[in-house]
Amino acid sequence: MVLATTDSGDVVVGQPGLVELPHIDWVLLAPFLVMALGGILLITATSVVPILRSRGFPAAFTVLTAALSAAFLVPVWDRIDGGAQSVAGGALAIDGFSVFVWGVIATSVFLVAALLDAYLRREGFDGPEWYVLMLMSAAGGMLLAASQELILSFLGLEILSIAVYVLAALHLRRSDSQEAAFKYFILGALSSALFLYGIALVYGATGSTSLAGIAGARADNPAGLNPLENSSLVLVGLALIVIGFAFKVSAVPFHMWTPDVYEGSPTPVVAFMASGVKVAGFAGMARVLWQGFGFYWEDWRPIVIVLAGLSFVVGSFLALAQTNVKRMLAFSSINHAGFMLAALQAIPSDEFVSTALAGQALLFYLLAYTVMVVGTFGVMTLVGRRGDDAHSLDDYRGLAKRRPVLAGLMAVLLFGQAGIPFTSGFFAKFRVIAATVESGAYVLAGLAMLAAVVAAVLYLRIVVSMYLTGEPVVAHAATDEVAVDDDVTGHGESDAANLDDGDGPIVLPKAAMASIIIAAFVTVLLGLLPGLLGGVLTEAADALAALK
Amino acid sequence: MSTTTVLAAEAATFPVLPALIVIPVVTAVIIGLLPASRADYSKLAALIGSSIAGILTVYVLWNFDAADGGLQFVSQQSWVGDLGLSWFLAVDGISLFLVVLTGLLFPVAIVTTEPHHDPKPYYLWLMLLMAGSFGAFLALDLLLFFLFFEIVLVPMYFLIGGWGHGNRVYAAMKFFLYTMAASALMLVGIVALVFLARDDTGGPTFNVVTLASQHRLSSTAALLVFASFALAFAVKVPVFPVHTWLPDAHTEAPTAGSVILAGVMLKLGTYGLIRFGLFLFPATVRDLAPVFLTLGVIGIVYGAAVATMQRDLKRLVAYSSVAHMGFVVLGIFAINSQGLTGSVVQMINHGISTGALFILVGWVYERRHTRQIEALGGLQSAAPVMAGVFTLVMLSSIGLPGLNGFVGEFLILLGTFSAAPWWAVVAATGVILAALYLLWAYQRSFHGPAEGDNATMEDLRLTELFGIAPLLILIVFLGVYPKPMIDRIEPTVDVLIEHVEDRVPDFAEDEPDRLRRAGTDGLIDAANEAHSETEEHGGTEDHGETETEAEDHGETDASSETEAGGTEAGEGE
Repeated sequence: MVLATTDSGDVVVGQPGLVELPHIDWVLLAPFLVMALGGILLITATSVVPILRSRGFPAAFTVLTAALSAAFLVPVWDRIDGGAQSVAGGALAIDGFSVFVWGVIATSVFLVAALLDAYLRREGFDGPEWYVLMLMSAAGGMLLAASQELILSFLGLEILSIAVYVLAALHLRRSDSQEAAFKYFILGALSSALFLYGIALVYGATGSTSLAGIAGARADNPAGLNPLENSSLVLVGLALIVIGFAFKVSAVPFHMWTPDVYEGSPTPVVAFMASGVKVAGFAGMARVLWQGFGFYWEDWRPIVIVLAGLSFVVGSFLALAQTNVKRMLAFSSINHAGFMLAALQAIPSDEFVSTALAGQALLFYLLAYTVMVVGTFGVMTLVGRRGDDAHSLDDYRGLAKRRPVLAGLMAVLLFGQAGIPFTSGFFAKFRVIAATVESGAYVLAGLAMLAAVVAAVLYLRIVVSMYLTGEPVVAHAATDEVAVDDDVTGHGESDAANLDDGDGPIVLPKAAMASIIIAAFVTVLLGLLPGLLGGVLTEAADALAALK
Repeated sequence: MSTTTVLAAEAATFPVLPALIVIPVVTAVIIGLLPASRADYSKLAALIGSSIAGILTVYVLWNFDAADGGLQFVSQQSWVGDLGLSWFLAVDGISLFLVVLTGLLFPVAIVTTEPHHDPKPYYLWLMLLMAGSFGAFLALDLLLFFLFFEIVLVPMYFLIGGWGHGNRVYAAMKFFLYTMAASALMLVGIVALVFLARDDTGGPTFNVVTLASQHRLSSTAALLVFASFALAFAVKVPVFPVHTWLPDAHTEAPTAGSVILAGVMLKLGTYGLIRFGLFLFPATVRDLAPVFLTLGVIGIVYGAAVATMQRDLKRLVAYSSVAHMGFVVLGIFAINSQGLTGSVVQMINHGISTGALFILVGWVYERRHTRQIEALGGLQSAAPVMAGVFTLVMLSSIGLPGLNGFVGEFLILLGTFSAAPWWAVVAATGVILAALYLLWAYQRSFHGPAEGDNATMEDLRLTELFGIAPLLILIVFLGVYPKPMIDRIEPTVDVLIEHVEDRVPDFAEDEPDRLRRAGTDGLIDAANEAHSETEEHGGTEDHGETETEAEDHGETDASSETEAGGTEAGEGE
């Protein structure tokens, strides 16, 4: 990594002993800085002023931080005006792609914070550390998404991951949670190591760790004379980098950790893992593969196609064998990863004629998927009850009778995930299929659709449980009818009402419900008006093409 | 020039086609907002909403220009510009009567049937189903059609699973997954078609009319894309080997669900085969016609044979649908004016008579809590009015001349005979078999001595009779005087045939033109007159021994139909 460069990328030879620091445009970095500094501020403030540790404050603070971060995206969008600005000496690119992904990550934090609040109250935890870690992780993800420099990508990836390892373990009373965190950590650390090794090999071959440098090393040499044409060093490095990302986005066959970790981790944390972490992973992967290794597309595209194909098959078929809803959704998230990988491979040619369809498909999928998955895990957070254990299919029996609103929202979100028309999920899948077909990968597109049908079985099983089977086997049905009161969780109620220990009706805290309702609303809205994001999406996707 | 003026004129008037979709959705929202204590108002709301939509379809029918074979009431809005998607709705002679049928069957189904629990979500799903069905028949944007084609699965899934009988959850799952799996590849096919034709059409477009007239797909590509479409439609129809979801879904569905499923949703398949199969890929369809003709004939004979063996009255009606829809498939793949016109007519008539049959079977089940034929018997003595209505509907389903069922089957056999005579000969046996299974079932359940509960079964109430009356009137009216319907269908079918001739260079040589354009009306009238005697037999309600006679009639009808088809076609030559 070259520390001191100008915007044009030349190394500045300054006075001996002095390193000239690059100019940094703070406004462009504002969304990221708000997220990162928000986390630091929160932990500092709550340490110094103990009263702020009370439950409401950290949640409200996090929601506001995410909102502020998202709000700063507007001036940034105006500032870049369809082009790209490089910041910090070219280490970060602030372009439409970054802004869009940052927006998705901020949305994820915003929605998950509300769920976390309900969860922590119910489980009797307090403490801002959950929120702090989530903000940190999100900041790392934002770094990864905008990075133009493999070292910085690695840094972002580690900030993103380490915070989530800890989050996974934070349910101190559940040994499952510890186990999940440990598994996640071991495999995550392994993947990080592979990723880093890959960077080292690529650096060895190309002499650069910046994406522009890697691309340039290949581009500068005329074809045929290029020593990097078939350089095994680059290819091995590239493969290791792809594997590192594949672990993070849980693509088959690097998915082994996913079901266990999803099952064991606290449910709102899973919501963040499945949304924010995955989004950042895919954004980073798109940057590295499309921008850095665009010239090697013939080499990595088959790998990505195989990863996508396997993710379709494994994600959908293994989900059928599950009875735990969290594990089901873990496999479904693998299936979704297949779709995003299918978008990722869909670069039409090495001349980068247009990444428009592929880029739009990827970005739209990231947004739609994030919203749906947070909403789905939000419902699961509430249904999970105190102890976070009620996740078997039986726990959803008769939910439509006991909590019709919750069941209705869940049904919308599940149908969205299944890609039923007039939900955002349909158009997400449609765009991916369009991009895949355009890239000529017809078989992959067909496989994707067939896998989507198999995956639909698992969503339908949950819907059947909620709507079409009778009262639950356990005895809460009777008490539910007595205590039909949607507002038990209003302000000023005793904490006892929040405990939700499995005998009373499922408690529906307002903040969490708001988050789920927003998710379901967006899912339907983007399904009815899929062109709503048209211009933004096009500009964001063009950013990658422009920067090749 | 003229098209633009027409479009401008349409734009200024009331957007009636979007309203057809919006009204049921709004009704569904209203039903959803009803407080739980007022749940009993949901039936009223659904009835009003569906009736308004039904009246609007009559308005469309009334203002439809019979001479114009093109698209009418066009309504087009850009939806997702960069992808070339639009809300493109219109009717022509092929979809017109399907739309009217949808507008008719929903109110009738709502009046004549009752959910026994949870009325609110029940009517909400019915209304969404209505909106989806309208959308599918009206959409001329390929993706928009696909959206509606898929979305109707969701309400039907809940209707079967929530209000069905017996093994309802299994049936609902099977229905949903079977049909979704079949249409999964269709989306890939749609996208492939649009991208492959991108250069021919000047940018990606999902507009069916543009695609049909401008795409230049290679024959292999066209074959693959058509295969992906055909699978989706064949399952929906259902064509013979992929029909296995139908008996389960129909039998376990609540009565209204069966009515809509048979009356409206099966037609999505055959309608799709015409609009998105034949219209888009005429050459491929022509090449594959023998395959589909064979499958259609197998469906006719197999459906009838299996129906004969059924012990469950509702399952019997379900299998009779397989046979009847086989006729529709036959007519489509005859690819000539009579066959196609007959198919469209048969779609409508099947919707009316099978819908009515399901309603009647539902009423029997309400009263007797069984559909097993052996548990029934002698119902006629307790319920003479119901027996009379049943007779009429049954005869219409058999295809008795003078009733509606005859018209479509006759035209189809006529068309098929000129295209593929041997297939028509085998298919004609289906008419005899239909007489066999329906009359036999009728004999076992309505005739003979009445024992136990059968003797005391309640006859039709006045409200029930009133509810089913529109279907009975149409059964007779469309049988006696099908001309207004055929007049509106034929111009569009002729345009379609011309389109096929344009697109398939050697098509016209295959069959002499005069054969395909033989005067359909004259044939129908002649046939009707010849059999007017039989019609009176069927219309009256004298039972007992007449019933075996009627069976004989059925047989003679079928053979004379074939003869008529043969001679007329021969004369044409």
